[in-house]
Amino acid sequence: MSITEYFELLWHDYTLRTITLGTAVLGAICGMLGSFAVLRKESLLGDAISHAALPGIALAFIITGAKDSGTLLLGALVSGLVGTYWIRGITSKTHLKSDTALGLILSTFFGFGMLLLTFIQKQPNANQAGLDKYLFGQAATLVESDVRLMIIVTAVSLVVLLLFWKEFKLLLFDPDYTQTIGFNTKFIDVLVTFFIVLAIVLGLQTVGVVLMSAILLAPAAAARQWTNSLSTMVLLAGLVGALSGIFGTAISASQDNLSTGPVIVLVASVFVLFSLIFSPGRGLLFREIRFRKNRKDLELMKTLQFMYDIAIDHENISHPHAIRILNNFQGYTKETLKRLENEGWISIEGQDWAMTQEGFNKAAEMYNQQSINE
Amino acid sequence: MSSPQIEIQIIAAVVAMACAIPGVFLVLRKMALISDAISHSILPGIVIGFFITQDLNSPLLILFAALVGVLTVVLVEYIQKTGMVKEDTAIGLVFPALFSIGVIMISKNAGDVHLDVDAVLLGELAFAPFDRLMVDGADWGPKSLWIMGSILIVIVSLLLLFFKELKVSTFDAGLSSAMGISPIIIHYGLMSMSSITVVGAFDAVGAILVVALMIAPAATAYLLTEDLKKMIGLSLFFGVVAAISGYWFANWLDASISGSIATTLGIIFLLVYLFAPKKGLISVLYRHKQQRLEVSLITFLLHLNRHDEKRERHINHLQEHIDWQEVQAKKVLDLALKNNLIIVNNDIVSLTKKGLAFTEKSLEYIIENKHEKIDSMKEDFFLFRG
Repeated sequence: MSITEYFELLWHDYTLRTITLGTAVLGAICGMLGSFAVLRKESLLGDAISHAALPGIALAFIITGAKDSGTLLLGALVSGLVGTYWIRGITSKTHLKSDTALGLILSTFFGFGMLLLTFIQKQPNANQAGLDKYLFGQAATLVESDVRLMIIVTAVSLVVLLLFWKEFKLLLFDPDYTQTIGFNTKFIDVLVTFFIVLAIVLGLQTVGVVLMSAILLAPAAAARQWTNSLSTMVLLAGLVGALSGIFGTAISASQDNLSTGPVIVLVASVFVLFSLIFSPGRGLLFREIRFRKNRKDLELMKTLQFMYDIAIDHENISHPHAIRILNNFQGYTKETLKRLENEGWISIEGQDWAMTQEGFNKAAEMYNQQSINE
Repeated sequence: MSSPQIEIQIIAAVVAMACAIPGVFLVLRKMALISDAISHSILPGIVIGFFITQDLNSPLLILFAALVGVLTVVLVEYIQKTGMVKEDTAIGLVFPALFSIGVIMISKNAGDVHLDVDAVLLGELAFAPFDRLMVDGADWGPKSLWIMGSILIVIVSLLLLFFKELKVSTFDAGLSSAMGISPIIIHYGLMSMSSITVVGAFDAVGAILVVALMIAPAATAYLLTEDLKKMIGLSLFFGVVAAISGYWFANWLDASISGSIATTLGIIFLLVYLFAPKKGLISVLYRHKQQRLEVSLITFLLHLNRHDEKRERHINHLQEHIDWQEVQAKKVLDLALKNNLIIVNNDIVSLTKKGLAFTEKSLEYIIENKHEKIDSMKEDFFLFRG
């Protein structure tokens, strides 16, 4: 199946439509909420939470004995929240740093989850098959009820986002001030964290534990490069997330043996790479171009100053000098001479250059600025 | 105990020790999550190595994996140096991308490759004794024991050789450069060693247990001591204890050994986190409570010092004016009485001589705001603590 066929099929094929809608909604919600995680410098929280959710899934199964995805997700949510607050506890109550706390919770919770999963597998009731899809994710297992749940959660978090927009924004950029002016920072903090954990838990089934963190932060990291405004960033991250979901699903569906989760992650990574290189304000490419242009301008000015130093010893500043005497001077090229002439700072006749009054004034002005700065 | 059982425990203990030492430095250098990143991102290295050699036991696999491990560190640092994203974001972008590439490479060739993502990630210690090192038909013991044993020996010798360098560059990169020890060389040396340890260990115990074995013992030890040597010693101890007790726990439950060891590490951390004498949660909370009580006491005594009117010194006023909860007020009163700082006469509270001296000292302290004074003050005046 080619990609164009896929998009044609999308309108008719029920399964494809469900899966695509699911991954798109998931990408959008993770992108939006991920923006908050990235700006709060909690990028890897997603990784820790998705691992920490595993024992919850296993315990929910052991307690209820049912494989209903709602129950399992509830278990994941509870253990994800327990993990998150333990991480908070470790970083605030001890001198251990957040990376240690994250890694610790991530690995020990996940280990506990594995212990429970293998324990379940040894049990006589054979109902446990499919629990391991939470490890690596299987978009193909998405059904309409899952997608409906995702849409409901997305809608609720959107409403909450809009309701508390000002508070969220304040909390992100100046938590101390937020508290001073009387907002309940703890409540807002709990709210943000709760929705981030919720988004992660929703994604587990689709992309799995390991790749969940990328879905959360890649769209946000990409969006961050294009804007300095929070609202634009959140919208853009949602869009990038949704597009990653759609294209990732399309590519994986149009090829054999291509799991959806990793493809979505790679598509999102391409968005990030593109943004890191090509974003106009912060991107590497334009930064390099600006850097080179600045260096060129600087060298041009250095050449002009050098000429000024020569010209100032002569009574007539426009006395012609041989171009040769510039030979040992760095920053002098034919091109710079040409530019200096175009600016009207020097005139060139044959093998000689001469400074114009305008160029002299310009260079003198630079000297003045220098002495002021000093 | 059968001989495979003994072998599994020895392997687990050796892996735990090999992970604990680099783990201490990763935790101290705030780079704990690099181990997580490496353990996932080496997957494409293994797959490429496998495509080339078609042999899951080839040492080339370890080499490729270790190279990708170092590549991960380099990439993370490059992205971070651009200043466009924060360090943790850089880690979170690099390793899922590399891991995804690995997964896709495996799944595209799923038919003819006997390589399982589950096995790579999760590992199964129970199978380790079956993969044996055979030389001329003689059985030399489990292969992973040889691999991890050599890695452990290399780590220990490097640690002994470069202990001073590691210590200085970890705690003061500036001083270390001034002493002629390049922090960059030490950094990449440590990163390469961690990468090799992760690669060697994950084959035996799986990626996630490697992370647990690197971070958890070091984090636990860090709650108990700030002496580097003691911290390494304690990490080794916790790692080995968790490895062996985790094995028996798994044996009893008939469940994953890796999972069980990680769980045991978590439980040990939880216990230390709660009960550590100085840095534990309970002692921290107790100390906070005590400090709050002492502050309340000082406030109350200062109030007494300022007011001569009976109305202001009535025992009920304690609650009304300073707005303490009833229990707290009573506690403050008891503490002050016990320490002979006040006397109560017909429900009127007055300062004793000692109380007067104390308040004057406190005023001095408040005006000068010197932290070291408060402790000597407490020792001088408090017979009983809150």
